[in-house]
Amino acid sequence: MSARMSRARRAVLALPYLWLSVFFIAPMALVAKISLSHPAEARPPYEPVFSFSDGFAVALEKLRSLNLDAYRGFAEDSLYLESFLTSLAVAAISTLITLFVAYPFALALARAPQRLRPIFIGLAVAPFWTSFLIRVYAWIALLKDEGLINHALMTLGLIHEPLGIYATNVAVVIGIVYSYLPFMLLPLYSALEGQDPSLREAAADLGATPAEVFRRVTLPLSRRGIIAGCLLVFIPAVGEFVIPDLLGGSDSLMIGRTIWNDFFANRDWPTASAAAIVLLLLLLGPLLLAERLRLKDERLDR
Amino acid sequence: MSAPAGLAGRTALTLGFVFLYGPILVLAAMSFNASRLVTVWGGFSTQWYFSLLENEALLDSARISLEAAAVSATLATTLGLLAAVALTRFGAFRTRSLFFGAAHAPLVLPEVVLGLALLTAFVAFGFNRGFLTLVIAHATFTMCFAAVALTSALRDLDPSQEEAAMDLGATPLQAFVLVALPAIAPALASAYLMTFTLSLDDLVIASFATGPGATTLPMRIYSQVRLGVTPEVNAVSTLLLTFVFFLLAVAALLRRRATRD
Repeated sequence: MSARMSRARRAVLALPYLWLSVFFIAPMALVAKISLSHPAEARPPYEPVFSFSDGFAVALEKLRSLNLDAYRGFAEDSLYLESFLTSLAVAAISTLITLFVAYPFALALARAPQRLRPIFIGLAVAPFWTSFLIRVYAWIALLKDEGLINHALMTLGLIHEPLGIYATNVAVVIGIVYSYLPFMLLPLYSALEGQDPSLREAAADLGATPAEVFRRVTLPLSRRGIIAGCLLVFIPAVGEFVIPDLLGGSDSLMIGRTIWNDFFANRDWPTASAAAIVLLLLLLGPLLLAERLRLKDERLDR
Repeated sequence: MSAPAGLAGRTALTLGFVFLYGPILVLAAMSFNASRLVTVWGGFSTQWYFSLLENEALLDSARISLEAAAVSATLATTLGLLAAVALTRFGAFRTRSLFFGAAHAPLVLPEVVLGLALLTAFVAFGFNRGFLTLVIAHATFTMCFAAVALTSALRDLDPSQEEAAMDLGATPLQAFVLVALPAIAPALASAYLMTFTLSLDDLVIASFATGPGATTLPMRIYSQVRLGVTPEVNAVSTLLLTFVFFLLAVAALLRRRATRD
């Protein structure tokens, strides 16, 4: 281990380090601090506001006025509790459905002819990079009561009145499954593609039926891909804003949307900040697990 | 592979791609529909694209989005490269894990939380929100994507070439600039395109970080989308999708050339 860094190295490190300190670490600390202050009719709309020109005594005085009101509010305000629970439930259900949609797709991609695989996987992941907003928006035209899906089903005579999916949590789940499919697909694909086909052949030679080969060889070997994919879908889905806002009803509150509303409409920064902190704490377990998996992958790659 | 398995595989692939691309293609088709109704085909028409040209507000926000994407991608790629060099070449320096965490956390943090944090910081620092804060916010969250991509590019690099350059008398800086940088040039270009695309597409963080006078294209689209499905939005969405797919194709070609070398 090199204990001391050369001046050149320090210069290279300084710029990104400084940037992340000022624009990431400090802002996150600030959110934690605001969550402990009172809402106020001012700019910025919270107090106390610390400043470097404060003397020690003033700072101490302000420190005393920090409080947990914003957090206590959650226990009393059922809106927040409901938002958190809805978010967790919607995210969990969406994650499961995404897994069931993505698994056969990933399996087919992994078993496709080798020369076509890079093209297929590129096509499968490309939508992830294209506008999230627009892809969610596209579903409005499909799901609305007077939209394409209802129109088609009614023309075919399969249903007699619109399904009424749009502006419900069902639409939100569909939106999440659609938008986050690539997140699930990639880790599943890399877990399945790396499997040695001779293991399956050996199982088949020993008399396993195709279903048994899948259940006892393919599926257990893809466990890491399943866990990684589920985390990658679940974590962002819990804090999702765009999908519940565009596809969900006015009553389907998810926490990302509640934070947004508190911040922009109600201008209650302490409550919004406290909600953001609680959201992070809720996600801390999954986040750390995801980070550990990623680090393990990185070490394997080396 | 046996015949039934092949059939099942082909079915899964077809269904998967229909699910992924169907909604996008419907949207693109609707942008050429002369009728305003989704369920009625009123004939082929490019009128919605022409009416975009008269929409000053939309054109204005498209320009702002492109400018913000260009500037923030330049910043993010530079910062990401420096971070990647620090993470791959400097061994275990003190507070490396804090730096590593800060360089990766924005990848997994909910956008609403990151946006909120940046906005409160801008207010506390006394920054007036506008184009500058938009660029800073985008550079901050996209530099992490650049750092991850460039870290793996630098790690894959064969160190013996740089060592050879230094044996022949090059300084470490010269060896890096003359040997390593050209070798990861395709990864750099692809990181630039990736950060550009992320910035161009972002709605949530931009809404928190920007101010009056710097409304981005996704923000403009979002406020129109909330009022319902309109052919103009379909047209501008189709244009944006086409543009992003074009950038992606270029990035993919660059990466392919990089792996072939």
